[in-house]
Amino acid sequence: MKFLTEYRDPDLAQRYLNEIQKTVTRPWTIMEVCGGQTHSLVKNGILNMLPKEINMVHGPGCPVCVTPLNLIDKAVYLAEEKSVILCSYGDMLRVPGSEKSLLEAKANGADIRILYSPLEAVKIAEQQPDKQVVFFAVGFETTAPANALSVVHAHRLGLDNYSILASHVLVPPAIEALVSDEECVVEGFLAAGHVCTIMGMKEYYPLVENFKVPIVITGFEPVDILQGILMTVQQLERGEAKLENQYARMVRENGNPKAMDTIYEVFEVTDRMWRGMDVIPQSGYQVKNEYKTFDAKKKFAVDIPEAPENKECIAGSIMKGLKKPYECVHFGKKCKPENPLGAPMVSSEGACAAYYHFSDMLNNLETPVV
Amino acid sequence: MKLESQKEQKVKIQLSCPMPKLDFDVITLGHGSGGLLTNKLLSSGVFHVLKNDILDRRHDGATVYLQGETAFTSDSFVISPIFFPGGNIGELAVNGTVNDLAMCGAIPRYLSLSFIIEEGLTMKEFWEILLAIKFACVQAGVQIVTGDTKVVERGKGDKIFINTTGLGEVHPDANIGIANIKVGDKVIVSDNLATHGIAIMSVREGLEFETTIESDTRNLNHVIQALMDDFGNGIHLLRDPTRGGVGTVLTEIARDAQLGIDIFQKNIPINEQVYGACEILGLDPLYVANEGIFIAIVDDAIADKVIQKMKSFDHCSKAAIIGEVVESHPRQVVLTSQIGGKRIVNMLVGEQLPRIC
Repeated sequence: MKFLTEYRDPDLAQRYLNEIQKTVTRPWTIMEVCGGQTHSLVKNGILNMLPKEINMVHGPGCPVCVTPLNLIDKAVYLAEEKSVILCSYGDMLRVPGSEKSLLEAKANGADIRILYSPLEAVKIAEQQPDKQVVFFAVGFETTAPANALSVVHAHRLGLDNYSILASHVLVPPAIEALVSDEECVVEGFLAAGHVCTIMGMKEYYPLVENFKVPIVITGFEPVDILQGILMTVQQLERGEAKLENQYARMVRENGNPKAMDTIYEVFEVTDRMWRGMDVIPQSGYQVKNEYKTFDAKKKFAVDIPEAPENKECIAGSIMKGLKKPYECVHFGKKCKPENPLGAPMVSSEGACAAYYHFSDMLNNLETPVV
Repeated sequence: MKLESQKEQKVKIQLSCPMPKLDFDVITLGHGSGGLLTNKLLSSGVFHVLKNDILDRRHDGATVYLQGETAFTSDSFVISPIFFPGGNIGELAVNGTVNDLAMCGAIPRYLSLSFIIEEGLTMKEFWEILLAIKFACVQAGVQIVTGDTKVVERGKGDKIFINTTGLGEVHPDANIGIANIKVGDKVIVSDNLATHGIAIMSVREGLEFETTIESDTRNLNHVIQALMDDFGNGIHLLRDPTRGGVGTVLTEIARDAQLGIDIFQKNIPINEQVYGACEILGLDPLYVANEGIFIAIVDDAIADKVIQKMKSFDHCSKAAIIGEVVESHPRQVVLTSQIGGKRIVNMLVGEQLPRIC
């Protein structure tokens, strides 16, 4: 298939692997920020093909994983209201709240719809004026334009029964929080290609300058990722810290201005709680006051006490790159995708679930994880 | 070509079977009461369309003759939507049970057919489903010999549920069983993966997308019978990877056989449109449902001939050896990706949920 096959070419992949092998002279720790990249690394078996000097750690770029427990509880609470239709992206449904997941709420009779686009939710709101339609708007900068656009549309249509439960998170502040952390072991980053497709490259220059860390904006196909790793290793070996763009077929210096305009029409930057990482200043979007009637948090007075995180889950250490999923004592035992202790085991983009589903522990097959 | 002729045949059956004039156009609770309305529905509908000597006896149950060992299976069909690109719940209900019998190495003979109808189903919809059932029976060479019709209140069902139970005669040369699998056996899939699941997905509320992908629902008993005739006990195991897809079925086989299975992504046949839809929706084709393909685990020595035989059937034109049974990594399926990396294929947990980005 055009635009896919060429980026999954085995010969090209092998050439990049050879080049990485030739370039690397010492161990390096590189973080792929985006969950989509983690997914691709494990799904294509790349982790087992890389030279042993390259240690990939899996960053916080899975929106499902970093959505705070409290917000999931709010979504469940809203979904259980008789008058509410809660719409969501699919993989939010299995995330455990403090009492139950949306999937369990659905089984108990809550009207929860899985959608691919928030505009579908606006359509439902139009068709069912007697219902309150709430879209669970999570995600990074990538999904923000579509979520914002749904509010613009609903506003234009004069709908008073549509709102979003927003929990957008932003990549650059998260990278900053990671590299500022004393425990941080990451020496180079693969930045998230699709986030930069929207936002462009500008926000990343201060990061490479201030923290002297190479950042390579990278795509998601196996050849993209291998090239991104090679570019990062080349910088590290040369002692450089630059911003480079591997994903040039999608990412422009200025990003997608139209998409950004839509974001800033509806959202403003705010402090945000990241599950497993605590509050990161200026790291999320909230709905602007002008659009407060479309903000589910303001529209429905949902006051749910903060529930404590499951103490057995080491999500924070995993997302900071301090631990590998299989280093957790509960991995594959007490914590499995069908009964996750924490969010990274839920979405297939979460580091733990990715390892679980596509386990790269091929050298360890005498003791299968299942 | 064959597909064309099937469509023609389908049209012919429809033309030869116009819906009778009835004094109702919607099925109501009364049609499940067992009284006059039920009799009207059955006489002018079910018995009329599915007519055969055994059914015509209209007895409480059917008595039939079978030769040799008997295969016996049952399946319920609750698909939504009931009409989908490439078929409807009716042919699915026949093909599903026919194929389960075929996977036992049996020649399907007789089916029971039970409806649970939600009141409000239109007679036109019911008629179309009946015709599809008839069509699928003709294709597979089976007869509906007994059945039941119940009607439930609105909200207590989802338009129509169908249960079919089937009886078949095990082929005298068949020896299908997990215990027969041995190291070196080849893993074959009979045609493109994931077609049915993606066809259904394309018409689900909230996910609609434009495509010409049609469900692959069809009977597999004729090709299986041909394989049994030619290769007998060289065919070690047959499975149809419906729910859970090829990935789940292979992990079940590896687990139960206590052996490893290696599969190679580059050999797995998939239609380009289906592949594209899976990429966009974030679904792994290995876990998407199929209705018209099967997995065969066969002796290494005959694998190429099996493929050749399968390819003489149009619906198996993409048949391919996708992997083999190995001694290493027992109970695990290991996939070699397009770029040559290896990963474990695990069982699908719950429903495959679309990813955010």
